[in-house]
Amino acid sequence: MARPAARWAARWLASSALMLFLVTAATFVLASMAPGDAAKAILSSQSGSYTQQQYLQLRDELGLDQPLTAQYWHWLDGLLHGTLGTDLFSGQPVTAELNARLAPTLSIILGTIVVAGLAGVGLGIVSALRGGVAGRAVDAISLLGLAIPNFWLALVLIELLAVRVELFPATGYTPLGADPEGWLRGIALPVITLSAGGVAFVAKQTRDSMAEVMSREFVVMLRARGLSGRSVVLRHALRNAAIPVVTVLGLLLVSLLGGAVLIEDIFAIPGLGQLAVTAAGSHDLPVIEGVAFYFTVIVVLASLLVDLSYWLLNPRVRGS
Amino acid sequence: MTAGRGRALPGRALPGRALPGRALRQMASRPLAVASAAWLVLVVVAAAGASSLAPYGPQATDLAHVMSGPTAAHWLGTDRLGRDVLSRLMFGGQVTLLGVAEALVVFAGLGITLGLAAGFAGGWTDRLIARFGDLVLALPGIIVLLMVLAVYPGSELAAMIALGAISCPVLLRVVRGATLAIRGELYITAARLSGLTGPRIVWRHVLPRLAGPVIVQLSLFAATALLAQSALSFLGLSTPEAQGPSWGNMVGEASTVVSQDPWLLVPSGGALALTVMAFGLLGDAVRDVTAGRHLAPPVRVRPVRAPSKPMPGRPKGRAPGTAPAGGSMLSVRGLTIAFGDLVVVRDVGFDLSPGEALGIVGESGCGKSVTVRSLLGLLPGGGRVTAGSALFAGRDLAAASERDFRRVRGSMIGLVSQEPASGLDPSFRIGSQLAEVIRRHAPLSRGQARARAAELLAQVNLPPGTLARYPHELSGGMAQRVSIALALAPGPRLLIADEPTTALDVTVQAEILGLLRDLREQTGMAMILVTHDWGVLADLCDRAIVMYAGQVVEEAAVGDIYASPRHPYTEGLLAANPHRTPAGGVLPAIPGTVPPPSAWPAGCGFRPRCQYATDACAGGPVPMTAAGPGRLVRCIHADTLVARR
Repeated sequence: MARPAARWAARWLASSALMLFLVTAATFVLASMAPGDAAKAILSSQSGSYTQQQYLQLRDELGLDQPLTAQYWHWLDGLLHGTLGTDLFSGQPVTAELNARLAPTLSIILGTIVVAGLAGVGLGIVSALRGGVAGRAVDAISLLGLAIPNFWLALVLIELLAVRVELFPATGYTPLGADPEGWLRGIALPVITLSAGGVAFVAKQTRDSMAEVMSREFVVMLRARGLSGRSVVLRHALRNAAIPVVTVLGLLLVSLLGGAVLIEDIFAIPGLGQLAVTAAGSHDLPVIEGVAFYFTVIVVLASLLVDLSYWLLNPRVRGS
Repeated sequence: MTAGRGRALPGRALPGRALPGRALRQMASRPLAVASAAWLVLVVVAAAGASSLAPYGPQATDLAHVMSGPTAAHWLGTDRLGRDVLSRLMFGGQVTLLGVAEALVVFAGLGITLGLAAGFAGGWTDRLIARFGDLVLALPGIIVLLMVLAVYPGSELAAMIALGAISCPVLLRVVRGATLAIRGELYITAARLSGLTGPRIVWRHVLPRLAGPVIVQLSLFAATALLAQSALSFLGLSTPEAQGPSWGNMVGEASTVVSQDPWLLVPSGGALALTVMAFGLLGDAVRDVTAGRHLAPPVRVRPVRAPSKPMPGRPKGRAPGTAPAGGSMLSVRGLTIAFGDLVVVRDVGFDLSPGEALGIVGESGCGKSVTVRSLLGLLPGGGRVTAGSALFAGRDLAAASERDFRRVRGSMIGLVSQEPASGLDPSFRIGSQLAEVIRRHAPLSRGQARARAAELLAQVNLPPGTLARYPHELSGGMAQRVSIALALAPGPRLLIADEPTTALDVTVQAEILGLLRDLREQTGMAMILVTHDWGVLADLCDRAIVMYAGQVVEEAAVGDIYASPRHPYTEGLLAANPHRTPAGGVLPAIPGTVPPPSAWPAGCGFRPRCQYATDACAGGPVPMTAAGPGRLVRCIHADTLVARR
């Protein structure tokens, strides 16, 4: 038991490290290809006009004159020592800025996973078991959820539920620790917006997967042994249908990182996505690298959770 | 995906193969697919011809009519600068659809090339490409897009190329999988042997087969690309407002005045949603048409009802006075089962006394399994009892509700299935599955249930260690023992074993039969044994009914049937029994096969395969008639059979 687990862990670590390396290196190369640089961006944001000498001096100070490989090496070295450098504009440590923005982004993403997961699995089960009208209703909801652009839905929800009926705040984020109710209200609209597509995605997979499992012989035999419909569906069939659904939840999480950029912009939520957009526009390389690093870590952890759930759900994976 | 072995048999249509004519005709019969295609054509034409078709220029302002809402002059209204929304939608469609096309070209080019390369080259190339694909797919794509847009500010082309590239592993996987499946098939090997080279095989044989799945992926990705392009444009990261209208930045424009004129959100949002929907629906339709529906039909967990209940107690077709002596515990009369309009079991009747073992014999497809499963309300989707009765413990199982069945299943009637391994839930340990059944039927604690589970395992000769095993860790014989233990757990009075040994090795078969015999002696429960094996019948059963084409054709004590079959079908089945054929002799077989229910002949069902058949056999339904003490036969030539011997 121990040895396959250790081998698996080693392989996971290696592929995660490779992934982090590739993403941050590629980001570095791409960012350095962008016309202009941080020195120019800083100087023009300060005064508008500046001399060539000022520019060269700042470049030197920021280390932008060094070769790209040296800059990246420097960044990697910092990473190994637990630092992601300093924000070229604010002078703050990047980790502090990122950590402050992690909670809003995670609140939205994880909230969406929970809402889309529960609603999607529920709808999927109903449509797999009932077929007919209920099944077609789920199909229609799925189609709409996938087709309506989420930024459009966000605007409509803000207009209806924040402006006309002042049920939720239109913008902003309240930390969970400061005011739990405010936190919940603040993330409600972003989560509903992002869930619309997610529910459809999860429901479709759950429906297909459940329909397949419910037609298997062991389900007939469970019923033949007199088990209740609830146990057959929720305990046995759902567990066997769960792996594709978990896979879809993992994919959803990765795609939500992209959605978060959009949603944070619309709802003015100070999260990682918003930071990524501003940093990309101002050539703030340490911050860009930091966001890329954090996003990749989230992706890597999500895939770890998905793998672990395979291990939990499928005894055959555990055995080998 | 189903395993593709033997798919390329001559004369069989190749699943997944694009058959352009037929596929197009099937698509044309789907209203949603037609509507989607029509919408997409309309959108493309409107966008492509915008400069000549649009009523106004994209930037022509009319400050006298701002935010007008739909009017005769401006069908979709005007925006906050008085620009015509319809015209802007048409011009905006150019940039929007162009973006989709750019992303599609990159997506298709990379995905198909890499997928074919991986699937065809195999080995290292395959592993490298697959690994690369996994890695790219796991990238946070938004970071890549943001960086690309930082390098090429506002460039839609750059963003869409990047989007196509980072999404291509999805297509790569599909193409690779399909190529691998096709590669293993006979006709590719044949093509190789006939001297065709790799690229020509790909061109002639592989690409046409891939068309279906590739089109599905392309249409789904088109929807994704459309949404992504619009989102980036909405944010002003690509195609910002200053570069002219796009559907995405039109939504952005509308959002600035949403409180004054909410209508403005409708045209741009609607165009986006409808187009995304059209791509999605078209993809679904192509998948359905080219691949057939993979989805199993919805399974309804609902009670099986008999719409018409015949009068109970009237033994239809059974000669009076032939019912077995003693009160019967199960009495089936006139049982008729249909799937939709298709009748698969006709007028089946039999009795079972307490402690008796009844065999049901016949070839596959004669309705044996369907008959016994109907007694537990476990007919597969669409099946229902349309007539007849099945009296058991004061209930009519032919008309029972799901609630009634729950009281019968397990606790009164146990079922052991044909496929031991697939009859067990693969995700739970044997101990947990046994304990759940035990506790469902008896108020025991977890500990007590566990002890009882161990007892049951001992009863079926399995070590207690089996409790901690998963189904996949058991051999077929062990799994069947577990299955029997699960059926025994609630202490049923009747055990139905549906071909309990068919899937097992010969030596294991004998063990399971021995076990069933012992259990019957120990518990005194009655048994119904479905089988097509005469050995099993002789070993375990007191009495047998023979079924053919959904009907009982003969009923007798097992010894009598062996000694002198009265129905030609029974005679043929017995003659085809390998145990009775002398070694080295030719095994006789009944000519022909069991026809499917849709092709059952009128009159005697066995007539076309019967050597005794005469014109009279086609005359009408043949009744069951008495043929000696405790014997019934459904044949007008039963006497001829006896006379010939």
